[in-house]
Amino acid sequence: MWDYTDKVLDHFRNPRNVGIVPDADGVGEVGSLACGDALKLTFKLGRDKRITDVKFKTFGCASAIASSSALTEIIKGMTLEEAGKVTNQDIANYLGGLPEQKMHCSVMGREALEVAIANYKTGTTAKKILAGKVICTCFGVTEEEIERVVRDNNLTTVEQVTNYCKAGGGCGGCKDDIEQIIQRVRKELDAKLAAAQKPAKLTVLQKVKLIEETLDREIRPMLKRDGGDVELIDVSGNRVIVSFRGMCAGCQAAPITMKDVVEAKLKEFVSADLTVEEEKS
Amino acid sequence: MYLDNNATTQVAPEVIEAMMPFFRDMWGNPSSMHHFGGQVKKYIDIAREQVAAMIGADPSEIVFTSCGTESNNTAIRGAAEASGRKIKIVTTRVEHPAVLGPCRYLKDHGHEVIELGVDSSGQLNLAELRQALAGGPALVSVMWANNETGVVFPIQEIADIVREYGGVFHTDAVQAIGKLPIDVRKIPIDLLSLTGHKLHAPKGIGALYIRKGTKLSTFLLGGHQENGRRGGTENVPYIVGLGCASSLSLKYLKTEMKRVAKLRDKLEAGLLATCPDTTVNGDRAHRLPNTTNISFQYIEGEAILYHLSDIGVGASSGSACTSGSLEPSHVIRAMGVPFTAAHGSTRFSLSRYTTEEEIDYVIEHMPAIVKRLRELSPFV
Repeated sequence: MWDYTDKVLDHFRNPRNVGIVPDADGVGEVGSLACGDALKLTFKLGRDKRITDVKFKTFGCASAIASSSALTEIIKGMTLEEAGKVTNQDIANYLGGLPEQKMHCSVMGREALEVAIANYKTGTTAKKILAGKVICTCFGVTEEEIERVVRDNNLTTVEQVTNYCKAGGGCGGCKDDIEQIIQRVRKELDAKLAAAQKPAKLTVLQKVKLIEETLDREIRPMLKRDGGDVELIDVSGNRVIVSFRGMCAGCQAAPITMKDVVEAKLKEFVSADLTVEEEKS
Repeated sequence: MYLDNNATTQVAPEVIEAMMPFFRDMWGNPSSMHHFGGQVKKYIDIAREQVAAMIGADPSEIVFTSCGTESNNTAIRGAAEASGRKIKIVTTRVEHPAVLGPCRYLKDHGHEVIELGVDSSGQLNLAELRQALAGGPALVSVMWANNETGVVFPIQEIADIVREYGGVFHTDAVQAIGKLPIDVRKIPIDLLSLTGHKLHAPKGIGALYIRKGTKLSTFLLGGHQENGRRGGTENVPYIVGLGCASSLSLKYLKTEMKRVAKLRDKLEAGLLATCPDTTVNGDRAHRLPNTTNISFQYIEGEAILYHLSDIGVGASSGSACTSGSLEPSHVIRAMGVPFTAAHGSTRFSLSRYTTEEEIDYVIEHMPAIVKRLRELSPFV
C-alpha cells in the first residue's frame, strides 16, 4: 500500500464538495479515461467575487480523489486572483504531503483550477487544450507543462518529471527531450539565482571565485562537448586572462568566438566591466 | 477476507508444523559427515519425492530454488547459455516479469526474441507459434496460466508443437500448480517453474523441473548441492515445507478446487448481477478455478482496493496506480481491454481456505463501493 497520510485517507474516504455546481461560473476539465485519472471542477462566485461554491468529480486513485477534495477546500472563499496563485505544492502540503509517484495528482488539481479560471475569464473551452509542442504523446503533455512543473517544484530528474506530470511514463520515447527541457529550465533557474546573488562590489577573491563558477557552469560544459576546456590564468583588475585547452587550443575560431562568448558570460554573471584576453603560449 | 491468493497464500498450518523441527532440532547441514547433518538429508529426499509426485516427475528431475523468479531465470538463461550460440526464444506478451525480464535481457545480448500477442480473451493464436518456429528450433517459454486473468493456455498443444519443431519447452507453472492437474509424463515439457508461496508453503522456496536429458547451464555456481545443478546449502526447513505443501495440494486438488470454482462462479455472477457496467476479463472457458478478473467501468482500481481494504477484503488490480507505473498492467493492455475498463480491473483470487460467507460478504458490500466511486466519477 502507499504511504498515504491520514489526511489523504480522510479526504479519500470522506471527500468534500463532491458534485457539479449548477449554473457554474467556471468549469475546468482535465485528464481522461485513457490517462487513468480525470477531474471536473466547477465553481460559482459570490457578489464579493469570491468563490462561494466549488465542487469536483474525479475518476482516479485515492490520492487523485483526495487532491481534488483538498483543492476545493483550499480555494473556497478565495478571490480568483488568490486562487490563481495556488500551486500543486499547496495542494500536496494541505494533505500533509503525497508520495513522490503521486505528485501528478496535485498537478492535475492545479491544472483543472487554471482551466476553470480561464473558462470564467475568457469564456474559452472548459476542457484543457494542448497548447504548444506535445512532448509526451502517450499522456499528451506539452513542453510548456513540463517546464512549468520543473520550475514550480524545482525538479532535477526525468523520473521526477514523470511523477509530477506523467510525461515519459508511457513508452518512454520522450525521455531525452524531457532531459533537455530540464537542462534548459535548470540553467535559467541557476542563472537567475546567480544573478540574484551577484553582490554590488566584489573583492578580488569574490571576483575570482565568481569567474570560476561562471566558467564551470556556463562555458566548460559547452567546450567539453567538443573535447575542449578553458583555464583561468590570471585576473588583473578587470582584465581576465584565460587559456583554451584541448581541441579548443588550436581551433581557428577560438580567438574570435570563444573569447567573445566567455566575455559576454562573465559580463552577465560577474561584472559588466570585465574584459577577456587569451594567453598566448 | 483474503481474496488475493494469486499474489501469495497463507501458509498451511500442516506446513508450519512440518517445518518447525528443522529450525528447532534438525538444523544440521545435510552435507555433513555426522549425525547432525546425516539425519536431515533423508527429509530433503522425501520432499523431493513429494514435489515430483505432484507433477508426475522423477525426483531426480526436481531442483530446489529460492523462488519462481529464480526458476524462470535458471530455465531461460540456462537453456540459452547451454546451447552455446545465439538462439531464438519465443514467448508471449502476457508472461510474468520473471520471464519477460530474462527474455529481454537475452535479446539485449544478441538472441532473437519473439513475443506472441494475445486476442481480446487473452488467448494465443497457435498458428503464430508455428510461424515463429518455422525458421528453426527455438526455446519456447509460455506460462501455464496467467496470474492476472487466470487464463489457461493449451499447454498440451503448445508442448506438442514445440516438440514437433525440435525446440526446448519451458512453462512458468507458478499459478497453475495446485489449481490444475499437471503431469509431465503426459505432456512433453522440458522445463517447468513452480514456487512455494502460491501453494500454501512459505516465500523463499521454489523448484525447477528439468526433464532428463535437457541441456541447462548452472545458474548458481560454487556448490555440489542439487547434483551440482544449484549451488548453495539447502534451505532444509523450506524444502520440507514445499514438500508438505505439494502433498497437500495433490490431496485437495480434485475436491477443493471444484468447491473453489463454484465459489468463484458465485462471486462473479453476483458481482455482474449487482454492479452495472461490469465485465469479466479473459477466456472464461479456459481459466484457473480460483481467479476472476472483473472490470468495473468508469472507476479506478486503486480506489476500489482501498475501499475493499477498509471493509477487510484484500484483492488486487491491474490499474496503473497500483502497479506504481502510469499505465494499466501489460496483460490487460495486451488483451486490448478498452481504457474505460482497464483502469478499473480488479482481481479476486480464492484459495481452498476461502469460505462461502466471505464470498457472500463481498457480493453484499461491493455494489456500495462501486456506487460511491461512480458518484465521484465525471464519466458517469
